[in-house]
Amino acid sequence: MEQIIANGLYLGAQYALIALGLTLIFALMNVLNFAHGQMYVIGGFVTYTVYAQIGMPFIVGVLASGATLAVVGALVQKFLFGPVIRKSMREESTMLLAAGIAFFLDAVILLLFGEKQRGVPKIVNGIFNYNDFTIVMPYDRILVGALAILAIAAFILYMQYSKTGRAMRALAQDKVAAQLMGVNVEHYSIIGFALGAMLAGVVGGLLVTITGINLGMGGPTSIKAFMMVMIGGAGVISGAIAGGFILGMLESIGLSVLASYGDITYLVIFASLMVFLAIRPQGLMGKPWG
Amino acid sequence: MVGAFLLTVFAVVPWLIHVSGRWDFYYTLTSVALLSIASGGVWLTFYIGRINIGQGAFALAGGYVSAILITKYGFPFWLTLPLSGLFCAALAVLIGLPILRLRGVYFAMITLVLTEVARLSALALPITNGARGISSIPLPGELSIFGLTLIPAFSTLGNVKLAFYYLATVLMVVSFAGLYRLVNSRVGHLCRSLQQNEELASSFGVNIAALRIIAFAISSFLGGIAGSIFVAISQSIYPASFPVNDSINFMLNCFLGGLGYVFGPMLGTLIIYFGWDLLFTTGQYQLLIYSTILILLIVFLPNGILSLPVFNRRGAGQ
Repeated sequence: MEQIIANGLYLGAQYALIALGLTLIFALMNVLNFAHGQMYVIGGFVTYTVYAQIGMPFIVGVLASGATLAVVGALVQKFLFGPVIRKSMREESTMLLAAGIAFFLDAVILLLFGEKQRGVPKIVNGIFNYNDFTIVMPYDRILVGALAILAIAAFILYMQYSKTGRAMRALAQDKVAAQLMGVNVEHYSIIGFALGAMLAGVVGGLLVTITGINLGMGGPTSIKAFMMVMIGGAGVISGAIAGGFILGMLESIGLSVLASYGDITYLVIFASLMVFLAIRPQGLMGKPWG
Repeated sequence: MVGAFLLTVFAVVPWLIHVSGRWDFYYTLTSVALLSIASGGVWLTFYIGRINIGQGAFALAGGYVSAILITKYGFPFWLTLPLSGLFCAALAVLIGLPILRLRGVYFAMITLVLTEVARLSALALPITNGARGISSIPLPGELSIFGLTLIPAFSTLGNVKLAFYYLATVLMVVSFAGLYRLVNSRVGHLCRSLQQNEELASSFGVNIAALRIIAFAISSFLGGIAGSIFVAISQSIYPASFPVNDSINFMLNCFLGGLGYVFGPMLGTLIIYFGWDLLFTTGQYQLLIYSTILILLIVFLPNGILSLPVFNRRGAGQ
């Protein structure tokens, strides 16, 4: 039991970080970023290149992942989403654009990094053993989990207390009012997109040490991120964190309880999600009709 | 206009293929016809203002219904074709009742999840035979009424590809004629009112709940029959036959053609499918070039190809 909770917490911390990026982009621009999973994969590959191939320290790799994705996110917002949002007659166009970008990033990953599964050497060796095998957890997982929680805390503090964070929260709350108060929408949209993409990159960099990385992980990661956002409520930061930890817990419990019935954990999670959304369409903490 | 189109589809294209000897084009064009039927369904859900990324789920469900009925219960294909459509429509009513209350990105996300649910269900349920799928499904047999043969058994035909081509294109023409009729009827106008403002429509006394269920059911019906013909062509089905990418492509087809035009999905499917095939020669850069063109099209033509002035002099099917 303790083991299940520990696994759930570790998974939840990673998931929450992915969901935070997605929900931030959604809150600011009403854009559902289909390419989020691909951004996560790029983050993983950048860390793989910097840490495993060039041989720099692991933390440099994670920072490089974050920085690369921040640049990618800023460019995508400045040259693609910004113009389309301004020009299009229907808001659905942004979704099509996001799907196009997901394909594009897949192509870039394929050309730059190939389609092989990549892994990196362990960052810390050894296994943490608490109370004679009640909780068993490799040290590298603990480290990665702690780094993820640290990143979440830093993000929340940034959103809460910095000028940029305040401006972005104002934009998410009421775009027109924020504009009237002198918030530069375009400027902060770019920063917001860069920040959201950066979070995806950082998780990619962290998780490459545990699961490795390959081209096909993009789509499933996006779907998981969508689920977390739906559980918590789209565009709400606390909701994304809650959604991440809930999904992590469910996955951890499902994998141990439902193991005897075959690989149906996700089927059960999906089905319960649909029932949950039928009762509460806006998620746990979302505004109705986001 | 319509006559020219029908003549092209039913006479000119087979003649051209016959002359050039490129028999493989039948398969390509059959796929385009079937994909555009499914995309037409997606388009209808767009018409009531919902972003539907779940058509892959219904195509998969339709395919499995057809495959199971044929192999396990010995139903003839021609009976399973409408049955798979009706099964999907019923499924859509069941699922639609709760999820059609969602809007915008919520509906988009839940339908995307639905595609994944369909794949996982096909893997987990005992009747679908798991990851091995169902294979060696017989070709469609004879269709006859009172001893009068309407359609001969496909296995006795010399050219199965041509038979499937006609089957798919006839269904495509019928589906789109139906869609066109629907959109230009009273119900169609009511659907457009849903797209613009549901509360307002509801306050006029439009039964919005019933309308969106009907639209979603028709959409899924089209997805189901497209899936069941695909199964008949490939004679097999697997849980991975209609992955998430297919669902996204159905949506892209509609967008590319233009969401405001009934025949948009047909044009979009044709362009996307052929564009992808033509780029095959570019080898490893295929996906890169394809997605770049796609992004450029969206940036410069956000309202679809049919919104170009060339098509709008006499209102192309608007």
